[in-house]
Amino acid sequence: MTGTATATPYRSARHTGRDGFLRTLHGEWTKFRTVRGWVIGTVAAALVTVAVGLLGAAGSSIACSGPDGGSCDHTPRTGPGGEEVRDAMTLVHRSLTGDGGITVRITSLAGLYAPGGRAQVGAGPGTGMVAGLQPWTKAGVIVKDGTKEGSAYAAVALTGGHGVRMQYDYTHDLAGTPGAVSASSPRWLRLTRAGDTLTGYDSTDGTHWATIGTAHLAGLPATVQMGLFTTSPEYVVTSGSFSGSSYGGPSKATAAFDSVALRGRTGGAWTGDLVGGPDRGPGAGGSDLGYKESGGTYTLTGSGDVAPQVPGRGSPGKTVETTLVGAFAGLMVVAVIATMFVTAEYRRGLIRTTLTASPLRGRVLAAKAAVVGAVSFATGLAAAAVAVPLVEAVEKSKHFPMYPTPFATDVRIVVGTAALFAVTAVLALALGTVLRRSAGAVTTVVVAIVLPYILAVAAVLPAGPSRWLTRLTPAAAFAVQQSVHQYAQVSVDYTPADGYFPLSPWAGFSVFCGYAAAAVAAAAVLLRRRDA
Amino acid sequence: MEATIEVTGLRKRFGPTAALDGMTFTVTPGRITGFVGPNGAGKSTTMRVILGLDSADEGTALIGGLRYRALRNPLSHVGSLLDAGALQPSRSARGHLLWLAHSQGLPARRVDEVVDAAGLATAARRKAGGFSLGMRQRLGIAAALLGDPPVLIMDEPFNGMDPEGIVWMRGLLRSLAAEGRAVLVSSHLMSELQDTAHHLVVVGRGRVIADTSVADLIAAASGDRVTLRTTARAQAMTVLAQAGAVVAATGPETLTVSGIGSQRVAGLLGRAEVPFSEIGAHRATLEEAYMELTRDAVEFPAGGAR
Repeated sequence: MTGTATATPYRSARHTGRDGFLRTLHGEWTKFRTVRGWVIGTVAAALVTVAVGLLGAAGSSIACSGPDGGSCDHTPRTGPGGEEVRDAMTLVHRSLTGDGGITVRITSLAGLYAPGGRAQVGAGPGTGMVAGLQPWTKAGVIVKDGTKEGSAYAAVALTGGHGVRMQYDYTHDLAGTPGAVSASSPRWLRLTRAGDTLTGYDSTDGTHWATIGTAHLAGLPATVQMGLFTTSPEYVVTSGSFSGSSYGGPSKATAAFDSVALRGRTGGAWTGDLVGGPDRGPGAGGSDLGYKESGGTYTLTGSGDVAPQVPGRGSPGKTVETTLVGAFAGLMVVAVIATMFVTAEYRRGLIRTTLTASPLRGRVLAAKAAVVGAVSFATGLAAAAVAVPLVEAVEKSKHFPMYPTPFATDVRIVVGTAALFAVTAVLALALGTVLRRSAGAVTTVVVAIVLPYILAVAAVLPAGPSRWLTRLTPAAAFAVQQSVHQYAQVSVDYTPADGYFPLSPWAGFSVFCGYAAAAVAAAAVLLRRRDA
Repeated sequence: MEATIEVTGLRKRFGPTAALDGMTFTVTPGRITGFVGPNGAGKSTTMRVILGLDSADEGTALIGGLRYRALRNPLSHVGSLLDAGALQPSRSARGHLLWLAHSQGLPARRVDEVVDAAGLATAARRKAGGFSLGMRQRLGIAAALLGDPPVLIMDEPFNGMDPEGIVWMRGLLRSLAAEGRAVLVSSHLMSELQDTAHHLVVVGRGRVIADTSVADLIAAASGDRVTLRTTARAQAMTVLAQAGAVVAATGPETLTVSGIGSQRVAGLLGRAEVPFSEIGAHRATLEEAYMELTRDAVEFPAGGAR
């Protein structure tokens, strides 16, 4: 050996213990929190989410004018499930105590509607209304917990376009025998009660019966109302042009029932009620809504719907997700910070220091993703948990009706928004790792998430392309903020612009997670393969 | 773990250029190994390969017999300083050291120790973005010392340091080597390593040109030349040339003689009664030796066509 080398190599007295992911994670967390700009930016992301929501609410106004002097007060009717419902029909009923049932024959169902929505429902024939049934016009038998709007029920009804259905508690819909009714081919309907269980049947000859299904109405009291009903919802026209829109108008339907047979301990006389009236129907004078009985034939004319109330474009009501419009702005801030968390290292060469401290590169990426994911989750959670009640309160103070949502849905929306923040951050981090440039990565995130969202949800594109965008692009993730439900038994224009995503909340979110996972995989491969 | 760096046959191409062309050398504990060569000779690339940052096309770089990526808590095995500018400008010096410490399971107390050792105690809470290059080098040294490693690898640590800092750095490197650590220090200026390194690995064009002790390198560059000081320059040149020596005038009163030894020169001049005031073996500077070695390996020689 040459030179002045000493013989004893250096031994450190330090015991560093086991290496592991948690240490890398600890290092990355310290790295995040020691840059004040990132911490402030994270708080700003939460604040901007709430602020944009508040700004939207503060800038909104509602003015009501009408024959009654313009009160906007809207008391939502909620069904047994907590969701908002419509409960408007012509009902002819008697009471039933204990078990029993009702069987009827329905011989005709005819409707009228006002094209263009110009005519009054109660104005009668010859004032602009034309003949025609709505697909979800309903006439049939019903067992209902009183006549209060929103009370529990089960019904078997013939519809205008979907054959016989058994429906209960507003949101449930079961298909029976398809086809329409006429004098030559009448339809028999039957509904029986045994405790909490209601069973629906239909028949084309009154002899051979088919079971449609059963409903369990928990907590149904011993005495209920049982009888006949008819109702007919607004008709809907959807135009398919750019920024397509829909409009509609009221309709009414008349049904004739005979061979009414009751079973069980019934009480009282037949009573006719316009449930959901009188504001739902016409004024008392000149109305033809109601019922007539002649020789065992009951003729009911009704208008309205017994179904979930679905929010849509043009309805003044606000859904809970509208309180989270600011999530957008917050997401962008989060994406920028998450990108910077890695691209700043590439820009300065700090990535080399990071990789000398933690040479297992996949582990570094995982630790970084965990840090930005967790920070962004907390940010989104705090922002959504504040924004939802706060913006709701502002909207309510301005007399905007809010569509009620079950508590579980509210929780899903808030947690989903937090998850949206987290996965956006991870996606941005992965893209930053792949591209190694902030500008490119942030642009990609914006193009991937925001652009399709704006195109679809701000109603720039027609419904068809919008549905595809919100099904295939990362913007599908916003389905997780959806409180509204699509019901087959309610005809409205279910487009992304109205808040209806083609995928269910978590399915849409999974599409987004798929994109994020692909980006993380690409980042992991490139990080391993490339020289630092 | 043995504190030795073994680099064997590293080759790496960047497109058409061979950055590393069979780089092979060993860094042993207890001394400072100077890693010198012109810019573009492959010093930084070699260091990045040793640290597992770049992958070589061929060859191995082992630390104590292990690839860098196989090290656990690597900062406790190898301390490195590649680029003093590799800092998040908005993070404080202490914050920078703290995340490094946490990534190795080291306590915050250790951060305070290295901050003091690097002379950064008063600046530790300031943002690193405001640091001068010299202060960044000190911060880089602090980071390299964090895990108290037996191996240290530093790329151009003298860059941007003021004279006081250079003196401090030399003293620090010497004491680290004296503790038995293996210290590899690169520089493109031999003068920086003149009084620092014990051993030199001289590289050019991606390979090792010389792997030797400082003393041997100077002796080799000095050759058997003799330096002569005389007022009778012309006379002396004639006498010595007749005796078969190669003589070169290096100043108004100095000559460099090669081909014959200093005793023979003294004898010849004495016999011819040529006066001279000084005679001795020529001692090359490290700089000269380096220039000699790397003459062919300089990528862009001064004045050369680019």
